[in-house]
This record gives sequence, C-alpha cells and structure tokens, in this order.
Amino acid sequence: MSNKGQTSYFYDVIWSRFRVNRFALAGAVVVILMFMVALLAPLISPHDPAAIDAYHILLPPSLDHWMGTDDLGRDVLSRMMHGAGISLMVGFVAIGIAIVIGTVVGLLAGYYSGWADAVLMRFVDIMLCFPTLFLILAVIALLEPSIWYIMIIIGLTGWMGVARLVRAEVLSIRERDYVLAARSIGASDLRIIFRHILPNVMGPVLVSATLGVAGAILTESALSFLGIGVQPPTPSWGNILSAGKEFIEFAWWLSLFPGLAIMVTVLSYYLVGEGIRDALDPRLNR
Amino acid sequence: MRLAPVLRLILAALCLFIFSCSRETPPVKSSARSAGPPASGDALVIGTIGDASNLIPILASDAASHDIAGLVYNGLVKYDKNLNIVGDLAESWDVSQDGLVITFHLRKGVKWHDGEEFTSRDVIYTYRVTVDPNTPTAYAEDFKQVRNAEALDSYTVRITYDKPFAPALASWGMAVLPAHLLEGKDITKSPLTRKPLGTGPYRFKEWLAGQKIILEANPEYFEGKPYVGRYVSRLISDLSTMYLELKAGAIDLMNLTPIQFQRQTATPEFTTRYSKYRYPASMYVYLGYNLRNPLFSDKRVRRAITMAINKEEIIHGVLLGMGQKAHGPYKPGTWAYNPGIKDVGYDPKVARQLLAEAGWQPGPDGVLAKNGKPFQFTILTNQGNDLRIKTAQIIQQRLRAVGITVKIRVVEFASLISNFIDKRNFDAIIMGWTISQDPDLFDVWHSSKTGPKELNFIGYSNPEVDRLIEEGRGTFDQEKRRRCYWRIQEIMAADQPYTFLYVPDALPAVSARFRGIEPAPAGIMHNFHKWYVPKMEQVY
Amino acid sequence: MLNYLLKRLIMMIPLLLGITIITFAVIHLAPGEPVEMQTALSPKVTKETRERIRKFYGLDKPLHVQYVTWVTRLAKLDFGRSFASDNRPVLDKIKERIPVTLSLNIVALILEFGLAVPIGVLAARYRDRLFDKGMTIFVFIGFSAPSFALAIFGIYFFGVVLGWLPLSGLHSLGSESLPLLARLWDLAKHVILPIGIVTFGAIAGLSRYMRSSMLEVLGQDYIVTARAKGLSERVVIYRHALRNALLPAITLLGFSVPGLIGGSVIMESIFSIPGMGKLFFDGVMMRDYPLIMGILVIGAGLTLVGNLLADLLYAVADPRIRHGKG
Repeated sequence: MSNKGQTSYFYDVIWSRFRVNRFALAGAVVVILMFMVALLAPLISPHDPAAIDAYHILLPPSLDHWMGTDDLGRDVLSRMMHGAGISLMVGFVAIGIAIVIGTVVGLLAGYYSGWADAVLMRFVDIMLCFPTLFLILAVIALLEPSIWYIMIIIGLTGWMGVARLVRAEVLSIRERDYVLAARSIGASDLRIIFRHILPNVMGPVLVSATLGVAGAILTESALSFLGIGVQPPTPSWGNILSAGKEFIEFAWWLSLFPGLAIMVTVLSYYLVGEGIRDALDPRLNR
Repeated sequence: MRLAPVLRLILAALCLFIFSCSRETPPVKSSARSAGPPASGDALVIGTIGDASNLIPILASDAASHDIAGLVYNGLVKYDKNLNIVGDLAESWDVSQDGLVITFHLRKGVKWHDGEEFTSRDVIYTYRVTVDPNTPTAYAEDFKQVRNAEALDSYTVRITYDKPFAPALASWGMAVLPAHLLEGKDITKSPLTRKPLGTGPYRFKEWLAGQKIILEANPEYFEGKPYVGRYVSRLISDLSTMYLELKAGAIDLMNLTPIQFQRQTATPEFTTRYSKYRYPASMYVYLGYNLRNPLFSDKRVRRAITMAINKEEIIHGVLLGMGQKAHGPYKPGTWAYNPGIKDVGYDPKVARQLLAEAGWQPGPDGVLAKNGKPFQFTILTNQGNDLRIKTAQIIQQRLRAVGITVKIRVVEFASLISNFIDKRNFDAIIMGWTISQDPDLFDVWHSSKTGPKELNFIGYSNPEVDRLIEEGRGTFDQEKRRRCYWRIQEIMAADQPYTFLYVPDALPAVSARFRGIEPAPAGIMHNFHKWYVPKMEQVY
Repeated sequence: MLNYLLKRLIMMIPLLLGITIITFAVIHLAPGEPVEMQTALSPKVTKETRERIRKFYGLDKPLHVQYVTWVTRLAKLDFGRSFASDNRPVLDKIKERIPVTLSLNIVALILEFGLAVPIGVLAARYRDRLFDKGMTIFVFIGFSAPSFALAIFGIYFFGVVLGWLPLSGLHSLGSESLPLLARLWDLAKHVILPIGIVTFGAIAGLSRYMRSSMLEVLGQDYIVTARAKGLSERVVIYRHALRNALLPAITLLGFSVPGLIGGSVIMESIFSIPGMGKLFFDGVMMRDYPLIMGILVIGAGLTLVGNLLADLLYAVADPRIRHGKG
C-alpha cells in the first residue's frame, strides 16, 4: 500500500515538473484541442464533410469555406475536422496495441530471464531487422486497405522498442528492495509483476507511447498519401494532402492545411512526450 | 493499330490514349508558330507512370511497353491519320471476292535493325507464335480465326479464313517479330524482351531499369530517317511530379488532366512553351454491373441507377466540361454510333418509382430495402486514376439520395483484374474501354465471352445482341454492319447492362519546339517520325 | 575478439531462420494463391504451365513442406522469378536496385550524424539559451513535418518556381557524355532534395539524444573535477565529455541500419528514384509474391549483417564489450 502512495506522489512530482516546461504544456494544450475538435466534429463542422458539390470545386478560402473546397467541392475545414478523429484514432489504437504487446513481452522477458528472455528478445531482434514500412505495406496491400488493418498493423510492427525498454526497466527494478521483500513474503509472480513492477515501468512506457502516437499519425498519413491508407470518401489528413498535391500550384490550401495539421499535431505529441521524459528523469532535475 | 482487348482495357485504365485517339473535327490547338525548316536531331522526352515490363509486344499488356514497341516494330498494316487502313510492312494486299482470303504483298528491301532482311518468314513466324498455346499472350483471339497462313514466296503471304471476319485486315496491324532471332527459341526467355529489335522508325538503345528507356532514330527506316534523333521514355511514378517536370521543361509531352488543362496551363507563360491539343479520346468510362448478382438482375433497377446518376454533373465536376455523355459503346460521330439513342437522363424521382416497382421500399432512414435486406453494394475502381475515383464519389452521393448505400474500393489495377474481375468477385465497377476503330463488339459483349478471364465479365447475355454481333463481324458490307450496331445500341439503351458515363477529351500538351505535328482523327502521334525541331531550338 | 565475432556469426543462423519464417507467414496471410496472380494477366497460360508453377512453388503440399522447400531454395540463393511480365529473376531485380538505395541512405546517415551530433552537443553546452531553443524548434519541425509534404513543396519551390534543381530521377538526359565532375554535380543536384528531406526528418532523434547524454555527462563528477582543475570549457567539453557522450550514440547507428535497406518508399516514389523502396512498393501493389518475399528476406538479412557490423564497431570502440560477455 505504501507503494501505491509512493506512486501517486511520484506522479505529483512529475506533473509539477512537467507544468513548468512551456513547450510541453503548449503541446498538451494542442493535443487536448485536437481531441475536442475530433470529438465535436459532427457538431461544429460547418458543412457535411462528404457533401460533394461538382459546381464549386477548388474554391479558395472564403467566409463560407474557411479552408476552401477540394477537387470535389467539399468543404476542406469540415474534412479536416473529421480527419482529426481518424488520425487520433489510428494513433491511439495502433499504439495501444504496440504498448500492450511490448509491455507484456518486456515484462515476461525481463522478469523470467533465462530461456524466455532469450527467445523473446531474439524474436524482437528479428522483427527489428525488417524495415517497418515494408512489413506494413506488404500486409496492407495483400489484405485490403481498411482503417482497422492499418491500426492493427502499425501496432504489430511497433512494439519492439517498448519491449526492449520495459525489459531493461524490469531488469533493474526486480532487484530492488521492495520487490525482493514482496518475493520473500511469498507473493506470486503475477502479483509482483502487476503490483510492484508494472506501475514502475509505466513512466518510460508513457513517454514512448506519446512519441509512438506521433509516429503512428505520420505513418497513417504516409500510407494514405500513397493511396493505400484510409479510403475515400472517409477524410484523413493524409488523403486530403494526397489529393491536394496535384494542385499545389494554385490550390495551396489543399496541401497547406493538412500538412500543417499533421505537423502541429505530431509536434505536440512529441513535445508532450519529451516533457514527460524530462519530468521523469531525476538526473535532469532543475 | 487495332488493339487487342486486354490491351484496350489496360490502356483505358491508365488513361494514356495518345496512340489511339481520334476525332472528326479539327482539334483546338492553342498556340500556332511558324515552322522553320525541318532539321534532324534533338530528342522527345516523355514521362511514363509505370516502367515497361516486356518489349515483345505480344507478351506485354501494359501501356508503357506498347508505347515503346510501337516505335520499334511495324505491323503489316496500320491506321493512317484519318483512320483508314493503309499498308505498313505490306505494300499492298488483295482480298478475295468472298472476303475469305487476304494476300499481302510485302515491302521489299526492309531491314531489321540488325541488317537482316524482312521477309514472309517473319510474318508466318509471328502468326504461329501468337497462336501457339504455349505462348502466354492475350492477343491470340483474332488470329485464331485464321484457317491457314502460308508464304507464297519471300514477299507474299496468303491468309485464309473459314468464314468472313470483318476485323481480319485490321488484325494484321499486330507487330511483326524477327523470326531469325526467335524461331525455335523460348520467346518468354528471349533477350528481345529487354532489347527489342524491329523494323520501325526507332531502334532500341538502352534501358535503365526503373529510370528510362532510350530509342534512337533508325537511319534506314523505310519511310525515311525520322527527324527527331532520340525518343526517351522517363519513368516518373507520380503524376503530380510528372506535371511539374513538364512545367520545368524536363519532359516534352504528357496528357494533362482537365484541371491542369483549364486552370493550371491557361497562362501565356505555358502556352508559348507548349502546344495544347484537345479532342475526344477513343474511350468511354462506364459503371458496369455484375449481372450474376441478383441485385442487378432486374433491368428496372439498372435503369433506375442510371437515372439517379447525373452524368452532366460528373462531366462538369470531374472533366470540367471537357468530355461528353456516353450512352453506348461507340464514340459520337463515328459511323457505328447511333445518334438516335436518347440518353436516359437524370431523374431521381422516376428512379425511386422504378425501384419501388422492383420491390425496393424506403425504410424509416430513407435506405431502400427489400425483404428486410438493404440496397447496398460496392463500386470498385482502379488506383492511379483520380478521375474515376472522383466519379465514384459523385455517384455514391447521388445514389445515397435515392436510398442506395454505395461503398467505394480502390484497388491497384493488376490486382483489380486478377482478384476481382477475373474471379467475377465484384458488385459494380467503374472502368474504361478503349473504343477500337473496328466496331466489332464480340470480346466484350458476346455471351460466349463470359468464361473465366474473358472480357464480358459482367455476364451480359442477350440472344439478339449475340446474333447481331455475329452478323456484324461476318460481313464486309458497312451498311449492313451499321444496321447491326445501331440496333445493338437501342437494345443496350433499354437493357442498361452498363451505365455508360462519359467519353473524355484527350488533352495532350507538347513542347512548342516540336513542329510538324498534324492533329488528326488518329490523334497526334500518328506522324511522329515526321516531327522535327528547328536547328535553332534544339536542346538535346 | 575473434571469439566474439564467431559467437555473433553463429547467433545469426537462428535469426535468419526467424526472418524467413516471418516472411513466409506474412505472405501466407494473403488470401488466394500466388499462381492465380501469375496466370491472371495471361489468359493463355496453359494448364500445364499452371501445374508447373504450382509444382515449383510446391503449392500442392502442406504448409510446412512448402516452407522447407522454399528455404532450401533460398539457401542456394534461388529467389525465383518475378511475376511481373518481364519474368526476370528476383535476385537480378534486387541487385540492380540495392546500390542506389544504399548509397543514398548512407549519405543521408552521414549527414545526419554530421549535423545532429554538433547540434546536440552545442545545445547541451548552451542549454536553455537561444541556440538550444532555436535548435529544439528546428529539429522538432523536421521530425513532425510529413516528409511527403516537404517533398512536394520542395519540388515545387526549388524545381519549378526557382528552377534551381531537377525534379526527379537521378541523372539529367545526356549527362552520360559529361566529364566526371559535371556528372557528379548533376547527380548531386538530383539527390539534394530527397537526401536533405530524409536528413531533416532524422536529425531530431539523434540530436536530442546527444543533447541529453551530453547533459548527463556534464553533470558527472569527473567533469566537475575537470572544471575545478581549471581546464578550459573547450577542453572539458570536447575532450572529456564528448567522447563519453558519443559512445551511446553509436548504438543509435545500429538502429539506423534497417532504414538503410528499407530506404524511403515515399521519397523514392515521389522523386522517381529507382531504389529498393520503389521496387518493393511496385511489387506489393502488383502482388509480385516472389519479389516481395525476396526483398523481405534479403532486406532483413542485410540488416542483420549491418547490425553485426555496427556491433563490431561498438565493440572496437568500447573495451567493456570487447572483453565482457557480449
């Protein structure tokens, strides 16, 4: 129980350190804003993102269409708002999968060491040999492009770093006094792993998850850009940009807004991740 | 040249119709320049989205390969600029009274690029290898009609048919292959697949895989050495990059998209550097229904879908008005085209009535349902053609308005053919067919062509259409043929096996330094060997 | 050292087997048989041909038998022939693409280290000063800007508006006849954008890493001692701290290895660079199974070798590993 109190104190400290990091705070604000936009998109988007108007294509930004219209006359702002949800969903689900797999593999390898460790870590080594985008491309192209496959595959190819990280943490934590103490009073492995070790590796995992979300958003937009990501008419930042690249000369609004949105969002996650990392790192204590 | 069906499909898919376009009225040319004296030299650089795969034409089915092979090889006959069949490697020919025997008199003194002489042996070899069941070619169908092909002497070839076959003469536009290099060898493993050797105006120089293919003018070409010294096909895999390359002057010719044509290249800066052309392409785009699917077995339903689609809106939004409505498999203005057919027209109200008659009733959410099953299907189309993807989205929106739920799936072309079309595993599909010069419809519409991998993949079967198609290809009398094809168009207008959508305009832009371009019903490439760049303006 | 090398080499065998297993599994996720693909676009393929292909790929046998035959063939470096209509051996196709991708990415990697290390070190030295903040923003923008958008804007701006750079490909037309130096200059102009964009995107990770490891080292006792001894800040930083901070950065080099082979599918597509990424993307889109499997195995295999080289380098640099357990 003291462990629990310790943990919440720990998070208090982290928050107080995070709070003073202006970059990280700004990132957090953007992330929260994006969430709100994504959740409220159906309510606040000025137009139906799917409403085609063949007679008003590629209109520049105006009062009615703040970000102009695309090559099918759809309102870009509304599509951007709905696309926010897709990007966030891909980021979170994919990284959720990666975190779960990575954490479990890392915990098992680190805690049991020996054979389990050797086998699991060799598996990690093997997976790391494949260029990630190659694996993703192969699987998505062979199956059919659907947003669910994309999320699953980004997740399945993104857990190795987490596994290594968790394993390293576990190796150091499992020799600590409170773990040894728990073991000496006969706590089960499961209990030790989940009650004593897991909470203590969550910090670094959180950092890597935040950075991972940024990476996953980039990967999804790249896939959509290549035409094998989110399929029309579902809007995603990647496919809005992909449609816009053809008209970059005169319809700059079609490339600029999604490009900026991806950049700002990814940047925000990255800043938040870095902020948490710095806050967690006692060596960087100010 | 008459393109065999699979090739037609592929050309249409990639929307590269430079080599097969035509029109009946003079094309719009937006810049006119005085022509200097013809001079040799310089190079034409074109961009291609996909690398060529195989430079033996009967083995390839992609546009990039055929574009190259078209300059390296010749057929016995070809289409001239007005789409009349004229001699190419054949100097002349006689057709017997009953039309069953064609005797070709070959050009004498034509040399293959390696110096060997071209003779009847090459023609006979080409015929034999094409119909050889071990040759993996998609172009055997027309030659299978031949009963016998024989060489009477080195310069005379006699072809005998079992029954009259209207496209017979045109089918000999197929590239003739060099027998002295191929006979007795496995054609699929021949070095000619990578280094073609023909009789054509251009000789193969080099192929940097994934980068470019370079051809150079053949000084011994039988119609005279082409002026333009080299033809370079650069692989530029991204269409927007290709357009920027054109603007930067790094490529000389490409087909513009409607938006590029109207909104991006309408500047004096562009039109002084490039000549733009516009003419109806020889192709149509359609929404085809899998007629094996009970959803589409009722022709009232198909008619209703056509009525729910606003073709004008598609032409306006996707083609920016540069195209025309299609309502049958022919190009408006050609002799086979029936001008008496009225377009079904956009009328969502009647569409809803027709659907109701067919048993589809709107539910509370407005979605049509029959026996508790909602009206829902997927439209497939190929990747890389934004116009079709946009068309699909507009159709999706219009059909939603009458209560039909449409999903869109975009699939890479080769995969679309093999995994969906060939397996008949689709509901509806947006694709294009090239309209060949001969109006024969056998491959795409005859009910005997519904087998696996055959081109009547929607499974259309109408005994009267079958009979008319057979009658049309079995006679040389154009008037008789016209009557057959006009009647077929009436039947199709009633049946709506496809919703014929539009005939787009071809919109090529060519660097203005090239002179001698003669826009004609056959497009602009028909006299490429006569193009030239005045000495002063040569860049390469 | 020799022992260590030997041990590592033996370790590679199970890893290579693992690579083949994963590749095999990925391919067999897909519905349908490869044969159908190969015969799909050539309606004239005879039944015998189809049977021959089936036999060649052993598709009539159970999965584990298929796997064993496939791996046996791989061991003899037989990767089969491409399904594309050129029907060329997969190995040939890969061989002609690897040098392009590899050299581009090595140049990018060198640039990345050349820029990121000084940026990281200086940022640590001038922590929280203008340089540090400016660089933080700069590298973060590089990381977060989608590379494909940068590529498109770059092509348009430098290639079309300014006309400074060629837009795509590797060589200008007619460059083969230029003198060597001019040819190199021509090549450099073609690759400056793709390499620049890749580098820009990659700087963030390494420079941030360098920064924090520098900060960590700077806080260590021996640095404090060195400073107390009155050594100049230059000596402290570049002699003592940098060396120790650099060591962990070498591990990052190892992580970069898969990227060397994998290249950048997106950059290669946009800039029409005939590399592995483009080859793989096209292969995947056409479902060219032998090519996909070949690239996955060769790519991963080469990465394995690359990792080994990186580790050896590390072992040479760090005596603890050389003599330790490895």
